[in-house]
Amino acid sequence: MTMSATPLTNQPSSTRALFALGIEFENARDLYHAAEKVRDAGYRKWDTYSPFPIHGMDEAMGLQKSWLSSLVFIGGMTGFTLAFLMEFGASSFLYPLVVAGKPTNLFTIPAFFPIMFELTILFSALTATFGMFALNGLPRWNHPNFNWDRFKKVTEDKFFIVIEASDKKFSLLTTTAFLNTLGGSPVDMIYHDDDFNDQEPSSLLMEQQEQ
Amino acid sequence: MSTSTTTLPSHLVSAQEEQIKRPPLVLNKRTMGWISSYVSTIVESKTPRWWYISIAITAPIALLTPLLLCYLVSTGVGVWGNNSPIAWAWDITNFVFWIGIGHAGTLISAILFLTRQKWRTSINRAAEAMTLFAVVCAGLYPLFHVGRVWKAYFLAPVPNSNAIWQNFRSPLLWDVFAVSTYFTVSVLFWYTGLIPDLATIRDRCTSKIKKFFYGILALGWRGANRQWRHYEMAYLLLAGLSTPLVLSVHSVVSFDFATSVIPGWHATIFPPYFVAGAIFGGFAMVLTIMLPARAIYPQLHDMITPMHIDKMCKVILLTGSIVGYAYLMELFMAWYGANPFERDAFWYRAFGPYWWAYWSMMFCNVISPQVFWFPWCRKNIFVVFTICMFVNAGMWFERFVIIATTLARDFLPSSWGMFHPTWVDIFTFIGTFGLFSTLFLLFVRFLPMICMFEVKAVLPEANPHYGEEHH
Repeated sequence: MTMSATPLTNQPSSTRALFALGIEFENARDLYHAAEKVRDAGYRKWDTYSPFPIHGMDEAMGLQKSWLSSLVFIGGMTGFTLAFLMEFGASSFLYPLVVAGKPTNLFTIPAFFPIMFELTILFSALTATFGMFALNGLPRWNHPNFNWDRFKKVTEDKFFIVIEASDKKFSLLTTTAFLNTLGGSPVDMIYHDDDFNDQEPSSLLMEQQEQ
Repeated sequence: MSTSTTTLPSHLVSAQEEQIKRPPLVLNKRTMGWISSYVSTIVESKTPRWWYISIAITAPIALLTPLLLCYLVSTGVGVWGNNSPIAWAWDITNFVFWIGIGHAGTLISAILFLTRQKWRTSINRAAEAMTLFAVVCAGLYPLFHVGRVWKAYFLAPVPNSNAIWQNFRSPLLWDVFAVSTYFTVSVLFWYTGLIPDLATIRDRCTSKIKKFFYGILALGWRGANRQWRHYEMAYLLLAGLSTPLVLSVHSVVSFDFATSVIPGWHATIFPPYFVAGAIFGGFAMVLTIMLPARAIYPQLHDMITPMHIDKMCKVILLTGSIVGYAYLMELFMAWYGANPFERDAFWYRAFGPYWWAYWSMMFCNVISPQVFWFPWCRKNIFVVFTICMFVNAGMWFERFVIIATTLARDFLPSSWGMFHPTWVDIFTFIGTFGLFSTLFLLFVRFLPMICMFEVKAVLPEANPHYGEEHH
């Protein structure tokens, strides 16, 4: 596909649609204080990028605690229930076993606990990993940020703030001016891929998810 | 803070602060860029010669295990030395040995994470890899121990044509669930920890093929704080889940013995004693593989510092002493319990035909780690390495003593026997060491050996308030 998107207002002549504006910082401290300012300026669709998780950045960005833990609780309960049903279903109905003179009932439940415990852990761990992938939108191998040359250093030792063009408060001139006050590198424009089309259903879906 | 320090003269305050200051986790004030480039260079550079030589040695040894297992299956279980009464012979000994080694990796990655021991960051990746490879070696044994390995799926609760279901109250079935859960969770934990570092290699490497593969594995990680938020929660939860899991796995392994009525096995001390032993043996194995890695890559000295080795030696000393206490308590209970069978079992362990295994175990596990009371022993790499080899051997002897000598003598003289390993037993076991080393060499070559993002996060400048006035 080589369809070019409708140019946004104030956008310099380019065939590619603007995705976001980004700046680079040298260290975690500068990024942290800049993030507080972006939060206070009221932007919503923006993010900070760092080679490692920065302590306290969630507050600096105004983010809530991750709700992955509630998913994991549900996952763990599923594992527990499944193990209970599996063990008691098989030992009481499908193939009743009397072990050491003890039938299957509530009084003999301690001997059934280890497997319930293991499956609780197993399902919780699976939910923690794959739930994290889902909440983070992973795997996603293409992302407009990867079109930005500086961004290669994000996994090494550089720090970034990116404000997306789809943010309600975004305007090329004022956002650029605002970003310039944060004390990072000069502002860079980050573009979508060549074949990006605003009307693509997948991009609409993505926008809905983020809201 | 100011209220307590203003009463002291300034030179005393600085002396006090000097005392309180902890040694840096990364030496020589290395930067974040240095950490990435150094650790990634190990993966990116041309394969060194020593690596080819080592794998040329370990890979053929590793082949012994599958070949001999084929021989076992095609010929029959008689090629192993297992007999009646010693039906759980080397295969279960080796299973418990390997699974125990794995536990140190989980302890370092999970329990030390929950207790905020930041020094773990430079050793956890390699220790977790060690866990996985040890569990692979361990898992082979019970699988083939069932005799008809092609019927191993009978262990899984799936409907089968015989309409037979498992006995969920059997510790052997608990073991199936515990070990398979342990392996799965260890893989998840390890891979989750790897993602940001795989992204580092993806962003650094120049070859298209490498970029493709590391890119696929990194899942498109971007290091966004909105991702780190869930990532950190996932990591914390996995650590929290792995902690009871690792304790449960070796407890369940010990239940295989403790729930039986065999004198010498029927003891409530078994779960804590097994868990301490597992951590003890596992830390020795971590050092056994980290010390050579550190010798080969001298730059690792800044990340795996003498302090790390010192702390691991202290863990070995602590857990070794717990194990020693358990051995003595077993002897005490055998005497104090006044059960003639129990007394006889322990007398036989120490003075029967397997006395050499018992006293090797006592020397290697209880006496040898006591040298770590002396700081210079914890600082001297050769002493540390030697003691770790003793511990590795000692932990194998421990499992052999528990299994073979106990089964050799139970209640009736008519069911007494001796175990002698066959050449198949011996070479299958040697093969698992080859398998373990080969997997570890592949890991060192293709994946980042040090958890880069975590090491960066413990640098002083990673603190968002670094260099600011305290208030």
